[in-house]
Amino acid sequence: MTVQTGIQPISAARRAKDRLVQVLVYLAFALAVIPLLSVLWLVVKNGIGRLDMEFLTHSMRNIGARDAGGGAYHAIIGTLEQVLLASLIAVPIGLLTAVYLVEYGEGGRLSRIISFFVDVMTGVPSVVSGLFVLAFWILVLGMPFSGFAGALALSILMMPVVVRSAEEMLRLVPRELREASYALGVPKWRTIVKVVLPTAFTGIVTGVMLAVARVAGETAPLLLTVFITDSINNDPFNGPQMGLPLYVFDQAGRPTDTAINRAWTGALTLILIVMLLNLVARLITWWRSPARRR
Amino acid sequence: MRRSAFRRSRGDGPFRFASTGAGIVLLAIMAAIGVFLVVKAVPALQANTSHFLTELTWQPNATEPVFGIGALAFGTVLSSLLALVIATPVAVGVALFISHYAPRRLASVLGYVVDLLAAVPSVVYGLWGVTFLVPFMLGPSKFLNDYLGWIPLFGGDTVVGKSMLTASLVLAIMILPIIAAISREVFLQAPKMQEEAALALGATRWEMIRMSVLPFGRPGVISAAMLGLGRAMGETIAVALIFPATFKISFQILGPYGNSIAANIANGFGEATEVGRGALIASGLVLFLITLLVNMAARFVIARRKEYARAAA
Repeated sequence: MTVQTGIQPISAARRAKDRLVQVLVYLAFALAVIPLLSVLWLVVKNGIGRLDMEFLTHSMRNIGARDAGGGAYHAIIGTLEQVLLASLIAVPIGLLTAVYLVEYGEGGRLSRIISFFVDVMTGVPSVVSGLFVLAFWILVLGMPFSGFAGALALSILMMPVVVRSAEEMLRLVPRELREASYALGVPKWRTIVKVVLPTAFTGIVTGVMLAVARVAGETAPLLLTVFITDSINNDPFNGPQMGLPLYVFDQAGRPTDTAINRAWTGALTLILIVMLLNLVARLITWWRSPARRR
Repeated sequence: MRRSAFRRSRGDGPFRFASTGAGIVLLAIMAAIGVFLVVKAVPALQANTSHFLTELTWQPNATEPVFGIGALAFGTVLSSLLALVIATPVAVGVALFISHYAPRRLASVLGYVVDLLAAVPSVVYGLWGVTFLVPFMLGPSKFLNDYLGWIPLFGGDTVVGKSMLTASLVLAIMILPIIAAISREVFLQAPKMQEEAALALGATRWEMIRMSVLPFGRPGVISAAMLGLGRAMGETIAVALIFPATFKISFQILGPYGNSIAANIANGFGEATEVGRGALIASGLVLFLITLLVNMAARFVIARRKEYARAAA
């Protein structure tokens, strides 16, 4: 074995390998961004044409696949109602579970089991949550297809996301705040309600909005629980409704150009809603903690 | 812990009860999913005149119902594995780019751009896939068939755009952000001391990554890939629009074959009879069990290592 002294220059082979990997890594990033740009470009290009007042204020009632015109008003109303109902179910349960995991569970057996299954629940396929609501709510309990049934399915998908983000935010609340409150003789539950939750409030709101953005685009669970209709149905508890993702799926399945164009415009509307929610969530985080960003 | 340090207040009991109860509701929902899928699947399985696990055809709506999970399970597994093979190397590259190559100031913005891929709803990928990618893939598919046709995967006499390959490509795009996000978190947590030691000894950037970042991150990348696999198997609407919906087992990924459990549920639900719905629920139960196993395995790998605690969220 030869003993090398002093600093040796890096050999050409090693330098070339380093360069090659660098190029590959940059290429990988470019490769990941291309489909995103392609999707966004085509959605905007094909969708902008029909994004007019008629689209936003009319339903598809009495409009065939070949007819021009028609809109997604019924689908937009449906999506808003379904997502709102899903949030009303998922946010309290998710938030309380996070409070349990952070404040009460501390390392106990039950909290470890719940924490593990929250993770597993994140991986439940959306179509399975739809099948569950179909089997339980519609087939066993005999309830009708409705927006509310869809909201139940969406809430199952929302819960684990809300739990995880709220848990993370609650853990960021400094221990000293809780201890100061205990030292003043404030009971634990009032400390949680009056000190811990308000401190973590913006972070929790961000997490909820990201969860809403995630389920607003879900199609499969709605297909099995909300069914499909071309008419306006403002009552989420009775009868089939529509949802924006369902609308896109339905129109994309019809083999005419007018229908495909409506699907693109529906997709554009959906992406705008989801991106807006994402953006607002990020802005809240950014505005709240500029110093914590790396 | 701190429980005995102060006197219990009267409000504490109910609040503790409510939050514990919420956690138990979550567990109950997971159990109920399994129970009710079984309850509605059993009558259909009893009406089945063939063997559910081995039968390939799917005709549950006939007067003599014949259906089985065989071809659907095969399609689900093959398409997801293909997606994984395509997505993982790219995702690791993206993760390395953001954690070790991109300029610091840009890194978080670029990471957000990749996360945006995950924010696009699956039905939009489906629409994009069926109107743009399907015709687009015809050329490359023909090329693969012409020059690499001797490989069984690319073989076959008919080459179409609506193929297993196109569906897997869309799946790969959809699972890329989750694999990239978790790998990135893991790579960022690689011990800085080791990285600097490697650089101080004269290692190039790639040698440093190979010696200190990749060995540290390997279990994290593996579980990220498994989470991606679980997601690919459950993905429904995008592939429902692309798969040609056949019930045949074929390894020819460029041919007009392909279907998956989830896609079949979305496509078959509209005209399903009572037995038909039960059959779809039975197939959903199989999907639920497979994804449950994959996810639990992935979570187990992450949970074993304390350093990954942050990435697991």
